[in-house]
Amino acid sequence: MVATAKLLKPLVFSLSLLPALWWGWQAYLVAIGDFGRLGPDPAKTLALVSGEWSIRMLVIALAVTPLRFLLNMPALWRLRRMIGLYAFFYTLLHFLIFLLLLLQLNWADLGVEIVERPYITVGFLSFLILLVLAATSFDTAQRHLGRRWKSLHRLVYIAGMLAILHLVWIVRSDFADALLYGALVFVLLAYRVLHAKSSVVRQFSPRWSSFPRKKK
Amino acid sequence: MLIRTKSSLDIPSSEITPEAVYHSRRSFMGLGVGIPAGVSLLSPAATVYGQVSAARSATDLNLAGKPRWLEQKLQGEPLVAATGSFLAKESLTPFEDVSTYNNFYEFGTDKTDPSTRAKNFSVDPWSVEVTGECGKRGKIALEDLIKPYALEERVYRLRCVEAWSMVIPWIGVPLGEILKKLEPNADAKFVEFVTLVDPKQFPEQGSRFATIDWPYREGLRLDEAMHPLSILALGLYGDVLPAQNGAPLRLVVPWKYGFKSIKSIVQINFRKDMPRTTWSDLQPSEYGFYANVNPAVDHPRWSQAAERRLPTAGLIPSRVPTLPFNGYADDVAGLYAGMDLRRFY
Repeated sequence: MVATAKLLKPLVFSLSLLPALWWGWQAYLVAIGDFGRLGPDPAKTLALVSGEWSIRMLVIALAVTPLRFLLNMPALWRLRRMIGLYAFFYTLLHFLIFLLLLLQLNWADLGVEIVERPYITVGFLSFLILLVLAATSFDTAQRHLGRRWKSLHRLVYIAGMLAILHLVWIVRSDFADALLYGALVFVLLAYRVLHAKSSVVRQFSPRWSSFPRKKK
Repeated sequence: MLIRTKSSLDIPSSEITPEAVYHSRRSFMGLGVGIPAGVSLLSPAATVYGQVSAARSATDLNLAGKPRWLEQKLQGEPLVAATGSFLAKESLTPFEDVSTYNNFYEFGTDKTDPSTRAKNFSVDPWSVEVTGECGKRGKIALEDLIKPYALEERVYRLRCVEAWSMVIPWIGVPLGEILKKLEPNADAKFVEFVTLVDPKQFPEQGSRFATIDWPYREGLRLDEAMHPLSILALGLYGDVLPAQNGAPLRLVVPWKYGFKSIKSIVQINFRKDMPRTTWSDLQPSEYGFYANVNPAVDHPRWSQAAERRLPTAGLIPSRVPTLPFNGYADDVAGLYAGMDLRRFY
């Protein structure tokens, strides 16, 4: 059991990295002149897949805490920060693809897009939240912020909702994907609301602390 | 009409880069060795694409079979070569991209859905129902509708409302000539087009998540439909239309956003009043009836000032400025004289 727990982290780390490696390799091939692998509009394809992986990672990160209790697997706890950082990593790639390939580093256009297009506004806000959370995810930041760290990192719920809004607003006619991810985020947030109210959880409230308790 | 038949800019169709050469040019560009566009690399050919040939099998085109009458017509009669505004003097988007990057929501909303989900699409026999304010109402076989006309090649820019564009060598018949023969009466002010409904062949028509109220509908003002640039297309790249490109019969109106160019048409309806159209019904603030390409009027969710010309060579898209009426302003701006194009987008 201990061995499995130790293997779990590197395993999830590698799996989470695979999409980036695969699409990065495809992008590299296109960049050196091997056409057709990402379709005729590779920048758009990369923007779409990086966005999709951002949302997937965010959903998985939000699922860690509920799963840890439902499956009674405390070992999952060790994965939460890493998966959260992956959500930020894919969101960062998504933003960079938008900025470098689609806007071609036109900062004025970026400003216009963020101000004038609501789906970009909420997507950018979600990115900023994840940026702050990633920057304060390290042990020293946790120690410095103390109790405030927990409140700060609850912003991830807002980031999740904004990401879903971003997705819904891009849809032209088929809501299947937006519904799927929207439902997942809704369930994961609803779980927290319900359990925050439940006395059982309050009784064991130390478990809900995001800060590891070294001593009993 | 303002169609120019001759101009100093005219380049013989033989000088346009054919698909095969275009492919090799792309690999040159990948190495950073560009060849100026328009340089002639091949001996003269009858059309832009070269000889009309049944190069692709029905299976390649995702069709159950090619309409034999159309194949015979393609092989037996010379194509009217494109000149003037009918010939965009730009590098063609290769067949492989034209036929695998499609918005045809009846098959699915991903760009690759139409080419991967269309299989054995049945286009023969095919008939078109003619209804409304005209003399020749009734069901007419596609063959009989098209037979009287010579097939023409048209090399048009296609500007999608999603801010990408292609250059495509269509084969078709001027829409106006067909409509005239259907004898629109004095009350006919608009013409409406309707796409086939067949959830067995069009999976998305059975989807619960699709917000489109099938069938897909589009329409034009009669004078727009009569304009020589408007065609009903039956083929592209010298062959019949692939299923994913709107086989066997689709509209092509090059100065409007791509969604106006309705695919797999089964009904032509002459009307007194402006028809409701699919995208405008779905999201009236984003898609209007006219949908003329206009860099000055943004889609509420993205800018229309520039477009990505496909395919992209390498990773960085070539962003080209979008032109009013997709570069066909000299020909069609007169249709909208006095109209506020910000209001009638």
